[in-house]
Amino acid sequence: MIKLENINKTYFGAQPLHVLKGINLNVEEGELVSIMGASGSGKSTLLNIIGILDNYDDGDYYLAGKLVKNLSENQAAEFRNKLIGFIFQSFNLIPFKTALENVALPLFYQGVNRKKRNMMAMEYLERFGLKDWADHYPNELSGGQKQRVSIARALVTSPKLILADEPTGALDSKTSAEVMQILREVNATGITMVIVTHESGIANLTRKIVHLKDGLIESIQENDPDKMDFTKEIK
Amino acid sequence: MFDLDNINEIWQTIARNKTRSLLTAFGVFWGIFILVVLLACGNGFDNGIRSQVEGFATNSTFIIPTNTTEAYKGYQKGRSWELNMSDMEAIRRKVKGVDMISPISSNYSYNGENNVFFGIKGSNFGMKGVLPNYNEIDRGKILYGRFINETDINEARKVCVLGKKVYEDLIGADKNPLGLMVKANGIYYQVIGVVEAYNANVSVGGSMNETVILPLTTMQIAYHTGDKFDFFVFTTARGYKTKSLQEEVKALLRERHDIAPTDDGAMMMFDFEQLFMVFEYLFLGIKILIWIVGLGTLLSGVVGVSNIMLVTIKERTREIGVRRALGAKPAVIIRQVIAESLLLTILAGIVGLVIGVAIMAVVAKFVGNTPSPDVMFLDPQIGFSAAIAATVIIVLSGLMAGVLPATRAIQIKAIDAIREE
Repeated sequence: MIKLENINKTYFGAQPLHVLKGINLNVEEGELVSIMGASGSGKSTLLNIIGILDNYDDGDYYLAGKLVKNLSENQAAEFRNKLIGFIFQSFNLIPFKTALENVALPLFYQGVNRKKRNMMAMEYLERFGLKDWADHYPNELSGGQKQRVSIARALVTSPKLILADEPTGALDSKTSAEVMQILREVNATGITMVIVTHESGIANLTRKIVHLKDGLIESIQENDPDKMDFTKEIK
Repeated sequence: MFDLDNINEIWQTIARNKTRSLLTAFGVFWGIFILVVLLACGNGFDNGIRSQVEGFATNSTFIIPTNTTEAYKGYQKGRSWELNMSDMEAIRRKVKGVDMISPISSNYSYNGENNVFFGIKGSNFGMKGVLPNYNEIDRGKILYGRFINETDINEARKVCVLGKKVYEDLIGADKNPLGLMVKANGIYYQVIGVVEAYNANVSVGGSMNETVILPLTTMQIAYHTGDKFDFFVFTTARGYKTKSLQEEVKALLRERHDIAPTDDGAMMMFDFEQLFMVFEYLFLGIKILIWIVGLGTLLSGVVGVSNIMLVTIKERTREIGVRRALGAKPAVIIRQVIAESLLLTILAGIVGLVIGVAIMAVVAKFVGNTPSPDVMFLDPQIGFSAAIAATVIIVLSGLMAGVLPATRAIQIKAIDAIREE
């Protein structure tokens, strides 16, 4: 699903910052992978590159078999819209749109008509137990509800890949566990999932943990989350 | 572009900050409003001044013989000379570009006493002997009967057309004057019509309203002037220059009457075209000024919209970034920002246009649109073409206001939204 070959990325600022120094990584379809590392290790940059939010200087990145390199803004937008679902730490829901409108937004950019789009959005809200909250605005929802709305938004386009950047970073441990449970269930339906986190408790719920240090992959650890009682394990 | 979804999407962002949107929109509203009101007032003055000169052929030149000022061909200077009918023929034949030419003979009360009588009622009025075409140069409204016609001229009929005031003073405004006999300078004439000058302000040889108008030939016979007359007026045909025509006509007259070619003082000339040109330039100037002021006001409104939208875009960095991450293409973002500015501007502009037009319609109702000699402000409304122009300007300014914020908006990358501060 994801194939990274010798990815390099440097930020040219006042002082050039070589963030990624040759990343090689393979993620198969249906895998649940976490990327761990201290802040500044380059994990967010890596996720941005995988999510085609940022470009890279050197190397090759294949997503679903297609080379992702030097894409135009339009192509990148289309890739993101069709292939990738994003889940953010701070949810990034649009504050003046209801839960339903937020979920339906990616479909709007696909040109799906209003009726169909709202129907599909409602389906996903229902799946995450938010049917009664469909007409509420984000500031009327709890943290866990917001993250479930954003998961629904990530899934509504039926993407092949879900990218989650610290999905539990802004949540308490109980809701974190709920959200992780949902993500695992989503993954179980066959959607590839990459989670960036710095919490080992979260990483331990994934099958493959990629440890990142100073722009290089330090180790890739195979993991069996079913051996653990995750509800206790998180913090 | 403007399906319901998009409108909804745009409306949400505008309605989110109602006070701000309203204040921003006010700038555009005010700009258009001021433009409309100024244009309408400009038109009001234009109409008012024009009504003062309406009915008078604006391309006419009057030529009146005076005394020569140079000795020539054995004649002394200070000699008086007179126009005659063959002069008219000669001008017609030799000067190209003269449209209409109309000789006029005038007559007065010789000693300042009453000279025009109806029955025992008398008053003091001027008299003019004219050809039928005179009514095309100094146009009058026929209130009764008709104007002088060719038959009157050919048969030198003893008929007259009364000016409105002559008729009212002598006969009375409620009486049918046709067929009545009026005595003017000792001779009876039958009344064949009453005429009211379109314009009491512009005239040569006295207002038509206060004149008894006779056929020129009748006048010449009755007062023994042969084929002579006092002055004449000609108009310039389309495509000819009045200035050069005037020179040609004057040169011809000098030649025919043995006046020195350099003697400019031997005749008096009234050039109405020049007179009216001054008005034209005045109005052109006012119009230009109005557009500059109006568009300037509008421009400051547009800058306001643009400025506020820039701030809004800055505030919405995260939201726009999220939209980009979710798959919004740059064109979609541009479209949305420009559509926002368009919608705001168009709504505000149309309201400004409508209110401006409505207020001026009320003003116009008070002012009225009937010309009268002392009204300088008439029917202050903007025309359909000006309204269309205003609408086009509104749309253009909406687009203009949106360009800068839109370019700023597409500079926001998806990644900017994700960055945790």
